[in-house]
Amino acid sequence: MSKSIHKPGFILGDALDIPTFRVLKQDGTLYKGASEPDLDKDFALKLYDDLVFIRVLDERMVGAQRQGRIPFYLASLGEEAASVGSAAALQSQDMIFAQYREQGALRHRGFTVDQFMDQCFSNERDLGKGRQMPIHYGCKALNYNTISSPLGTQIPQAAGYAYGQKLEGLDAVTICYFGEGAASEGDFHAGLNMAAVLKSPTIFLCRNNGYAISTPSSEQFLGDGVASRGVGYGIATLRVDGNDLLAVYAATQAAREYALEHQAPVLIEAMSYRLGAHSTSDDPTGYRSKEEEAKWAKKDPILRYKHWLTEKGWWNDEEEKALYASHRETILASLKLAEKRPMPKIDEIINDVYDTPTPQLQQQLKQLKAHIRKYPDKYPKTSGRLDA
Amino acid sequence: MSQMNLLQSINNALDTAMAADDKVVCFGEDVGHFGGVFRATSHLQEKYGRGRCFNTPLTEQGIIGFANGMASQGHKPVAEIQFGDYIFPAFDQIVNETAKFRYRSGNEFNVGGLTIRTPYGGGIRGGHYHSQSPEAYFAHTPGLKIVVPRNPHQAKGLLLASIRDDNPVIFFEPKRLYRASVGDVPEEDYELPIGVAEVVREGKDVTLLAWGAQMEIISEAAVMAEKDGIDCEVIDLRSILPWDIDTVVASTQKTGRLIVSHEAPITNGFGAEIAATVQEQAFLYLEAPIMRVCGIDVPFPLSHETEYMPDATKVYEAIKASVNY
Repeated sequence: MSKSIHKPGFILGDALDIPTFRVLKQDGTLYKGASEPDLDKDFALKLYDDLVFIRVLDERMVGAQRQGRIPFYLASLGEEAASVGSAAALQSQDMIFAQYREQGALRHRGFTVDQFMDQCFSNERDLGKGRQMPIHYGCKALNYNTISSPLGTQIPQAAGYAYGQKLEGLDAVTICYFGEGAASEGDFHAGLNMAAVLKSPTIFLCRNNGYAISTPSSEQFLGDGVASRGVGYGIATLRVDGNDLLAVYAATQAAREYALEHQAPVLIEAMSYRLGAHSTSDDPTGYRSKEEEAKWAKKDPILRYKHWLTEKGWWNDEEEKALYASHRETILASLKLAEKRPMPKIDEIINDVYDTPTPQLQQQLKQLKAHIRKYPDKYPKTSGRLDA
Repeated sequence: MSQMNLLQSINNALDTAMAADDKVVCFGEDVGHFGGVFRATSHLQEKYGRGRCFNTPLTEQGIIGFANGMASQGHKPVAEIQFGDYIFPAFDQIVNETAKFRYRSGNEFNVGGLTIRTPYGGGIRGGHYHSQSPEAYFAHTPGLKIVVPRNPHQAKGLLLASIRDDNPVIFFEPKRLYRASVGDVPEEDYELPIGVAEVVREGKDVTLLAWGAQMEIISEAAVMAEKDGIDCEVIDLRSILPWDIDTVVASTQKTGRLIVSHEAPITNGFGAEIAATVQEQAFLYLEAPIMRVCGIDVPFPLSHETEYMPDATKVYEAIKASVNY
């Protein structure tokens, strides 16, 4: 029952003042009153390995795109802790619905360097059979639902996936990543509302990185960020420093417990900054200052986590050098192999439209192959590999 | 066998599917306790519980997004969109997500368990927004199947097949016939094939082709033409995607004449696709141009609904024009 008032009194749009959960200072020491989550040394170092792998991978693949070796790439520079830290707090049976900047979560789950490369080069070993642009990863074995480009579509899907898990009584939740720009899409509002009303154990994790391509979040929405929407939908909500891996880990761990115990959704808004361009098709110099970027570069989440490891006595400069060198070598070697692998055979063009190709599709493939045979030079990547 | 109207047969099919497989789940606006605005889901919540038959918030894009997620998890959601006219907020989820889920993932994931039920079509004085036939928009999207039943017997068998098909299906229900169409429906579980047309009346002079509620109209026109000594073959396409080219081409080759009829506006309606395909495969057999008797290119009208509809007299005139060409 709503309380009565007898004079018009508005609750202002900025009345909510949602705090930010922080554990780790930039120098690697803990905030007063904060306690570090229970991470043993091996696991803590595995997370650092994931972070550095992604940073090296992104750097190498942006380079590969600049060299014309792949058509597109999208880096997660500056936001690695948000995806690695959250994925680390989940169980392997939990489903991940990603947007497109969560390669850290996928790496954490165990996607191999070759699997990353095969997808980016659209070759015949790509699990997605070369059908989507680079970075649209997906892997059933790792419970990582395949990425699609349209923004926000995964949000109601994650709610439905988690509802299915709930009907089966599984000890599992679904996490759904998206950016603060995607939170303006209708699917965000539809998905959060459905998850709330239907009590679907979903963790919605918004990476608020300040920009949707060139549009700053100040031109994206008013009110107290994306988190305030969660409260509006009646969802348990937490804002966290997205550059603080320990805080993201602890927040996601608590969210998972809450979602399972209450069989209900949780919203986490992870505050971060996209240090790089939106994608290789974007140039941020047109819409933001070097000073702003420099300010955020000092809050580098990987550096912060490294400082913590160093403070613990778990990491030193020699290990640091060796780790970067080893990832650079592995990634480059894998890249060279992946780019030489052929693209899938032309027959794959009609598979998976349906569970089995329709007679019409078979007929269309037959005609296409006959045409390729007639003009083999025009289609060099498939003409040499035609079956009878 | 028992006598059922089209709604009762759909309700019976849903009941049958839910009893046979606990992965089948029904939801949509007002679908739960109330049983849907047309009552297609009556008593399902009582029988199978709120977990498996429930109301959703009023958000078509949310309903289909949620259904996509459930289907990719391994459930068989049967999502209701209250009127076909309101399916468009879900267009992105259907066209970019449902239809491409299997293909884009290289078959790592699929939403083959999904069925979308929605009433379509005019004849109920519903004006612009309770009368449209939007099938052609979806027929342009590889990855979907589209099924339209013409009577209660067909509705049960085709809906059960749609729910169990390992591909997403949009099941358009002719709402004008919900209570008007009554017939014998087997009580047992049965399926009718998707992608296979049915010749419902054999003839030698002209082939008449339609689906759903329009089957009643072309059958009536065939009776009118019979009095003029014209022997019409009448075919129910049943599935628009994929569609049974062979049956339609074979019939056209036999009669030399084809008339396609649908309620949706003529321009870019599915009749255009049928005409183009059949002329490619039966060109030398044709005695007259392939004709289309369809809605005209206006938003679905209210006061002029009777005039708009491609009724039996319009089909009858096309039959005579084809024979006398």
